[in-house]
Amino acid sequence: MSGCRAARAASAALIAGIAALALAACSSPGPTSSSAPSSTADELSGTVTVFAAASLTEVFGEAEKIFEKQHPGVDVVISYGGSSALAEQILSGAPADVFAAASPATMTTVVDGGGAEGEPTVFATNTLEIAVPRGNPAGIEGLADLADPQRTIALCAPEVPCGAAAATVFQSAGLTAAPDTLEQDVKGVLTKVRLGEADAGLVYRTDVLSAGGDVTGMPFDEAADAVNDYPIALLADAPSPEAGQAFVDWVLSDAGQKLLKKAGFGAP
Amino acid sequence: MPPERRAPRWASGVAIWVPAAIALALLVLPLVALIVRAPWGDITAVLGQTNVVQSLGLSIATAATSTAISLVLGVPLALALGRTRSWPVIPRRLLRALVTVPLVLPPVVGGVALLLLLGRRGLIGSLLDSAFGITIPFTTTAVVIAQVFVSMPFLVLAVEGALGASDRRVEIAAATLGARPLTILRRVTLPLIWPGLSAGALLCFTRALGEFGATVTFAGSFPGVTQTLPLATYLQMQTDPDAAIALALVLMAVSLVVLVSLRDRWIPGLSS
Repeated sequence: MSGCRAARAASAALIAGIAALALAACSSPGPTSSSAPSSTADELSGTVTVFAAASLTEVFGEAEKIFEKQHPGVDVVISYGGSSALAEQILSGAPADVFAAASPATMTTVVDGGGAEGEPTVFATNTLEIAVPRGNPAGIEGLADLADPQRTIALCAPEVPCGAAAATVFQSAGLTAAPDTLEQDVKGVLTKVRLGEADAGLVYRTDVLSAGGDVTGMPFDEAADAVNDYPIALLADAPSPEAGQAFVDWVLSDAGQKLLKKAGFGAP
Repeated sequence: MPPERRAPRWASGVAIWVPAAIALALLVLPLVALIVRAPWGDITAVLGQTNVVQSLGLSIATAATSTAISLVLGVPLALALGRTRSWPVIPRRLLRALVTVPLVLPPVVGGVALLLLLGRRGLIGSLLDSAFGITIPFTTTAVVIAQVFVSMPFLVLAVEGALGASDRRVEIAAATLGARPLTILRRVTLPLIWPGLSAGALLCFTRALGEFGATVTFAGSFPGVTQTLPLATYLQMQTDPDAAIALALVLMAVSLVVLVSLRDRWIPGLSS
């Protein structure tokens, strides 16, 4: 009996401990909401938390610097990750203001879950290219070479957006892909090509540019059948909705679009 | 010591049980959440998928192979480390630190390191490719190598710890009684360190079973060849979180069965 009581006391202490932890976790984004942005756009302040697809890492890093220069009172914090993982976090209550996804499907899960404020807007597109290591040692000439079992080919798994896009282009070309590895994300494919382990892979144009001179990109016609849309939206539970909206507006502005174009993204 | 200066008896109980309960909760509650969220209704449908059976089979086979390799190579390494006690401090510590590097290295970085060594353009891999036409990445061999890299240190450290704690005088006694070195190893040293050895082997196996980062980087991910259960689970998370939870449960169940059954059989001293 006493053992049982002891266990109950222990579990009560435990619950108290967890509650304390939870409170600590909840209070950390406190400064965000307490320093609420003021109403006029010129005097924006506070922290804007942006959840962005991993493929936006380079370009949103630039965007953050420019936006913070224009709005000295605003601190932009960007969390990069796989779109589906970010969507899951938003729906689980992560305190974010803006979501920029690499696929309309993941944005739809957030909209359907009531996580978005208003309708998402497509702000960029991305197109697949064949990536080969510097110097193209295997002499890859086109998509048909990626259907050759003799070569070492890296593709994304069909479960992730870049893999679904790859499946579409092979289908339009009437080819059966011959991959040796189905990577978890597009950066995995890029790494394998970059290190020369794969003769070729399918990645986005922006990935080719981000790899500098390590890989060479080859555009191909069928890529037009699998152009990927990138939607952006202000979130329903945004702690700083006004500054968040300002960031969304900046991404959609001429300056934002010019930056995206430089990184290899297409216009919406 | 006067009795009033001594802490009351219940205090030591609280000092142990409260943090212990929090520690246990930290370890167990996430798993409880996983079990609660699991799609029990269609779990048989998820588990019946061919890719699940395939990746589970691959995981168990590769983890068992890596453990066997770790035993064959890691136990001698631990014995060798044990013999470095007479060495100067700095080379001795450096050697031990080198063995522990894979433990602190993020597994993805370990995978990149393996690619740079054994990949088609790697230090050794390029020679293998040009001389024998052998390429290691994207093969099941690469999965095993990645698992050995991340899991063998657990075995080496466990065995080395057991060696340090064992009474070396028994070995000396055996030697003075005329036992040959190999006989001493087989009849004296190995039985002495058996609990550490088997615990290390179990840790090594379970670590290999859960290996993700080094595998996906070095070996890639292809169903039936390199896609182990953790890789399949992560991939499912992208599209079907319920199925991913079901896969995670399978991995947990396998680890638990191995830990509970083998532990009782091999290490009677450690089982309650």
